Order: sequence, then structure tokens, then C-alpha cells
Amino acid sequence: MSCNSSGCQSNCYKNGDQVSDSPPPPPPLAAANDSNNLCLKCKTNSPITPGSLSGDEARFCADCFRSNIYGKFRLAVTSHAMISPSDNVLVAFSGGPSSRVALQFVHGLQDRAQKNFEASKDKSLPVFGVGVAFIDESAVYPVSSDKVDGAIQDMRSVVSNLAPPAKQLHVVPIENIYASDSIDGKDRLTKLLDAVNDATGKEDLLLHLRMLALQKVASQNGYNRLILGSCTSRIACHVLAATVKGQGYSLSADIQYVDARWEIPVVLPLRDCTSQELNLLCHLDGLKTLQPFDRPPSGINGLISSFVNVLQEENSSRECTILRTAGKLTPFEFNRIPETDDCNVPLAIRRRQKRSNLKTNESIFSELFCPICNGPLKNFNSLNLSSLKSCQSSRFNAACCSSCQFQIIPKDPSSMENFCSLLPQQVVDRAKHGNCSNSSLLREQIQDCLLLDSGDET
Amino acid sequence: MAENHKKAAGRLCYLCNQRRAALKRPKTLEQFVIMFGLFVADSTVLAYVLSELNRRHNYGLDLFLLSVDEGITGYRDDSLETVKRNEIQYGLPLKIVSYKDLYGWTMDEIVKMIGLKNNCTFCGVFRRQALDRGAALLKVDKLVTGHNADDIAETVLLNILRGDIARLSRCTSITTGEDGPIPRCKPFKYTYEKEIVMYAYFKRLDYFSTECIYSPNAYRGFAREFIKDLERMRPRAILDIIKSGEDFRISTSTKMPEQGTCERCGYISSQKWCKACVLLEGLNKGLPKLGIGRSRGLDNNHWKDVKQSNGTKNIEGKQCGSLDF
Repeated sequence: MSCNSSGCQSNCYKNGDQVSDSPPPPPPLAAANDSNNLCLKCKTNSPITPGSLSGDEARFCADCFRSNIYGKFRLAVTSHAMISPSDNVLVAFSGGPSSRVALQFVHGLQDRAQKNFEASKDKSLPVFGVGVAFIDESAVYPVSSDKVDGAIQDMRSVVSNLAPPAKQLHVVPIENIYASDSIDGKDRLTKLLDAVNDATGKEDLLLHLRMLALQKVASQNGYNRLILGSCTSRIACHVLAATVKGQGYSLSADIQYVDARWEIPVVLPLRDCTSQELNLLCHLDGLKTLQPFDRPPSGINGLISSFVNVLQEENSSRECTILRTAGKLTPFEFNRIPETDDCNVPLAIRRRQKRSNLKTNESIFSELFCPICNGPLKNFNSLNLSSLKSCQSSRFNAACCSSCQFQIIPKDPSSMENFCSLLPQQVVDRAKHGNCSNSSLLREQIQDCLLLDSGDET
Repeated sequence: MAENHKKAAGRLCYLCNQRRAALKRPKTLEQFVIMFGLFVADSTVLAYVLSELNRRHNYGLDLFLLSVDEGITGYRDDSLETVKRNEIQYGLPLKIVSYKDLYGWTMDEIVKMIGLKNNCTFCGVFRRQALDRGAALLKVDKLVTGHNADDIAETVLLNILRGDIARLSRCTSITTGEDGPIPRCKPFKYTYEKEIVMYAYFKRLDYFSTECIYSPNAYRGFAREFIKDLERMRPRAILDIIKSGEDFRISTSTKMPEQGTCERCGYISSQKWCKACVLLEGLNKGLPKLGIGRSRGLDNNHWKDVKQSNGTKNIEGKQCGSLDF
């Protein structure tokens, strides 16, 4: 996202070549007397060795560790052109360690950009804007309102304590996914989730709805990037979960750095950091974490997350291996930042985008998407056999991926009807948009086995 | 028979005999099929079902049984007795190939040398090759194995866990090695292990069921346990994993290891020597860690050793050198 060479004469701002200067200074560490027990990298400071930690991250000193993590973040941001100076980015903030670190790092980038902006003569490159969104899920989880209010208060102080430029915190109740004029959003949402019988399905549906809510906040407030704090550990669990749920085809769409199938492109700059690292960083830097709606995953997701935990204990690079395997799957066309032809965007930025998107193909919307999980559908899935029937709910059912059909959509027709009526409008619209397939494709696929009306079989 | 049938029924549906037929029924004719016993319940059911179908529908297949004797006292010798009884029950000729004959080592001897760690690596590599060699001896043109849905789901997971994209792309195909001399196929790809065991139980098939005495803590066992937990929670998960495995977007340009032949024994191999030859060389030279694990530095030294001695004592090392592929 900027020239990294220190001799660069252009006006773009630099992103802290000394990475360690953006997060707050480290707590002082006792100097090590034992020369064998030094930081793996700088070989001068003593490594972080809190009792419970093991593995590579504990062999760095706090400074080197911090710059290592920040370096991974910055590399992800720059090499995928996630943030340009003209952007307005929204950080999805749950209060947990990953999103807390994401917020801190984005703030570090912005702070740096701001300093460069003030130092530059012609002020040609603007500083990107940052906003923070917190989705209030108290409609779904029975959490005492005191606890939620306290958490929101803490978040306000976290966000306001970040140095200027000021960042806006959007606290949005999840029932906002329903149109603003419907007053009974909370009710509808509870009924919608109650209609799902499968525990895993309910959890996944909530995840999709949360994304809808985030998209809505972002688009209503003029943001053009959504930053998620998804870390390696989380994505590794998702890889296995998607495999187990039969979503092998759409998996590669979910795990890339950039996911532009949404109205507001979603980026994952912490994709290469494990949750252990992020927890340690929060601990070292005293970043306050609070998760009013945090609860252990249930059903299939819970089983997978404990499986991955055990694997990770046995081999501390297992999560990275899982992600690397999945990373070798072919990404989709939309897994890159879309180009802008907007004349207001400086030419240099557009040129940089061109460079990072070598293959430009207009087939970006050739995929059909599941209206519930927004996963791309394999051709065979998208065949709409019931398109002849006029019933809307069965048409909706046919437009969904097999995984959502199984774990989210109710089986019997009457509760199916009910379920469809409770869905937010965006989901219903997505289904209509995707409903254009026909049965000729299916016929083509089984052509070899069909007997012709006339003529001889061979 | 199949052709006669078609003429007789004309173009009418085979079931209702009234309306016009819409689908062709594919028939595979005149293929030699062969099967083996590893997880003996699966292969017993496979042998039973195939011989029964062959008899009932006149497939015209020549079926053989192939079993591998790994040389594990108390495990394989019992199960081989069962396979021998199956030979009589189904009237199918049985061929047993043993590690001792092919490689000069039994699993008992190997375990005595290398201990209980990594012994499944030896057994797995040797078995794969033993099956192909046995099949070549019988001059068959297809190898059928009793792998069930649980096995395949487990393999998909393991390949994800260890980052093996090449194997991940091919482990779900129902037929493999079609460009080789003897393709293998897995007719039970979509059949749950539970179904197979229940079938064997209700049909009162004579099968042998025990776990290998050397493999209680194998890494695979851990994945297997996870699959069982998944199945308990959502039986469909096993088939979903296979579906995912089939649907993964793996580009054909992903760098795949090139397939060549082993310089020593002529078996297919992506390296200079096939894995079995490397492992065997290690055993024969008293360096059993050769070809196992990630300890590159150590391996390279041994590897040089092997290469240097390669010129002087090449073919005589392996007792199966006379088998041609």
C-alpha cells in the first residue's frame, strides 16, 4: 500500500519501517543474565516466558514478538492492497483478542499515515478513515443488560482512547438486519432462530446474520472495506467445519485475504496470526478484551474446535498446516479487491490496484450464491428442479446450498413457509437474484444415459 | 444374457414393463476382478456381494481373492484362517502374498528392529506394493478393495491435516490408477462402515474382527475417533466430507509430483527409488529410520551412503526383483 523503500521520494506515506513503534511501548523486562537464554531474533533481550506458554512465540523478546506479529499484519495489508489512502474502513469489533489486535494494528497504520500526511508538503494523499462496529447480540443471547452496557461503555473508552483522528463506534443491535420500519425485529429474529432445529445450523445462521448486520452498517455509513479479525486458528477450524458440512466447493472463497463477493469487500489481515499469538500480544500490551457474547461453539463446530485444539497441542504448527492446505485450493474471481474507475481516486492508487490484480476478468458475477450462507454454488447444486412450482418457499429451498438445506432450513413445508417469512429482506432478494437456472444443464449432464425418443440406442 | 434381455424387453421399462424406458443400464462385462482382506469385515462383505451379484446377474466376471500376510503373530494368522474358509465358502481361488516372500521381512521382525513407532509406515507402504504384485501374479485387470466411506472421509481429513494437496485431490476418486496396468476401485466408497458390519452380521458372514496388535496408538486412529464422534452427532457428516473432497477446487496446474518408475524394482514412484525400496534398504542396512520422518540432515547422509553403494549391489537386494511391471 505504500512504497517501502526508505529512499522513496514520492508523496505516499510510509508504513512504519520500524514496526515496533506503532503499538504502545513494551512493559520493561528484567535483563537476562543467562546468555543462552536470549531472544531468538535480536539476541539481546530475554524472551517472554510466562509459565503457561511454550512454542516459538515464547522464545522471542517482547519487542521482536510484537514486530513479528505486526509485520505479518502489514504484509497481508500491503500485498493484497487491502487499504488505500482514499478508503474508509470499518473494523468489526467483538471485543475479543483477535478483533482487539486488529483494531490496534489498523490504528497503528492510520496513525502512521496521519503523521506522513502532516509531514508531506502538498497533502495529496489523504489518510484513510477508520470506524468500529460492534454488533449487539443481546436479542439472541440471554445476557444481563448491565453486562452488555458495561461492555459497551468499555468499548467506547477503548475506541476514544486511540489517538486522533477520531474513530466512530457504531453499536448496532443484530435485529437491525430487518428493515428499519419493522418494529418487531427482535421478535422476528428470535422466531427465525427458533425455527432452526439443528444446534450447529442455528449457530451458523447467526454467523451469517451477523455478517449481514456488519454489511448493513458499513454500507449505511459510507465505508468501503470491512476488516475482520479472523486469525489462523479460527480459519483452520472453519476449513475443517466446511469440509465436514460438505461445503468443499465454497471453502476456498472463505479463507482468502480478500473476499469481495459482498457489497462491501471483506478483508482478513490477521489471517496469518494464531490465536495463541494474539492472546499473548493482548496480554503483553495490556489490551483489554471483553466479550459479552462469547460462548463456546456447540454441536459440530464445538467438536471441531476441540479436535483442532488437541492437534495444536500435539504439534504447534498444525493450524498453519491446515490453513496452508486449504490455501492451495483455487480461489474465486471475487477473492481480490475490485478495481475502481472512480476519477476521484488518485491515479497512483488505481495503478497500484491494477498491479496487484494481474488477472482481470469480468466473470466476477458468473457464480451463483446460496442465499443463506452466500457460499458459491457448484453448478449441479444450483439446478432448480422445482422452479416450475410457483411456491416461493420451495423455490427458496432449491436456491440454497445442500449444507444450508440440511442444517438450517426446516424440513416440513409449513414451518418452511414460516421460516421464509421471517428471513430478512436481503436474504430473500439474494434468492430471487440467483433463481435463473434451468434444468437443461442437468439434462446435459446425464445425456449419456438417456434414451432418445427416436433413433436407435447404441 | 444381458443382450438377450434387452431384445426381449424392447424399449419398455424393466420395472413396470408398460412405459417406455428412459435410462440405459450400464453393464460392465468380462472383467477380472480381485479383492483382498485387510479390514476383514469390509472385504468379506465385498467378496460376498460381488460373488453373489456375479452369480445372480451373470456378470461373467472371474473373481479372485487376494490376501496379504504381513507376518503378525496373533493377528494375521487368525484372520488368514478366516480368509481360507471364505475361499471354500464362495468357491473363489485365493492367493496369499506374504511380506516374508516379497521383502524377506515379517512385520514381527520389523517391529523387533524399529520398535512400535512408525511401524505402520512400513506396513502401509509394503502392503500397497504387495497388493499390486499379487494382482500382477494373478494376471487380473482390476483390483477392488473394501474401503468404506469412513475410511475415505478419514483419508480426506488426514490429507488436510498434513497438507498433502496432491493426495487430497485424488483420494476421493472411486477408481484410481486408470492409466496404470491395474486400476483399483472402491465400490463401498459411499457405504458406511456401520452398514457393512451390520450386513455381515445379519447375513451371518464368517469374518474376523480385531485390531492390529501394533497399531493401537497410530495417528490415523485419532482421526478415526474424531470421525466416529462426528458420526454420532450427524451421521451424514461422513458423506459430506467425501462430497467436500470431491468438490474441492484444486486446479489441474497445481504442481503434482511426477510419476516415474523406481530405478530398482520398476514399481511406480515419484522419486528415484520407490518408498518400499528405500525402507527396505534401511532395514537391510540396519538403518531403519531411513525414509521416515522429517529429519532431513540425518537422512541426507544416509541417502548418500545408499547412493554410493547403489552401483555395486543394485538388484540383488530385493527378493521380488524378478517381478515385472
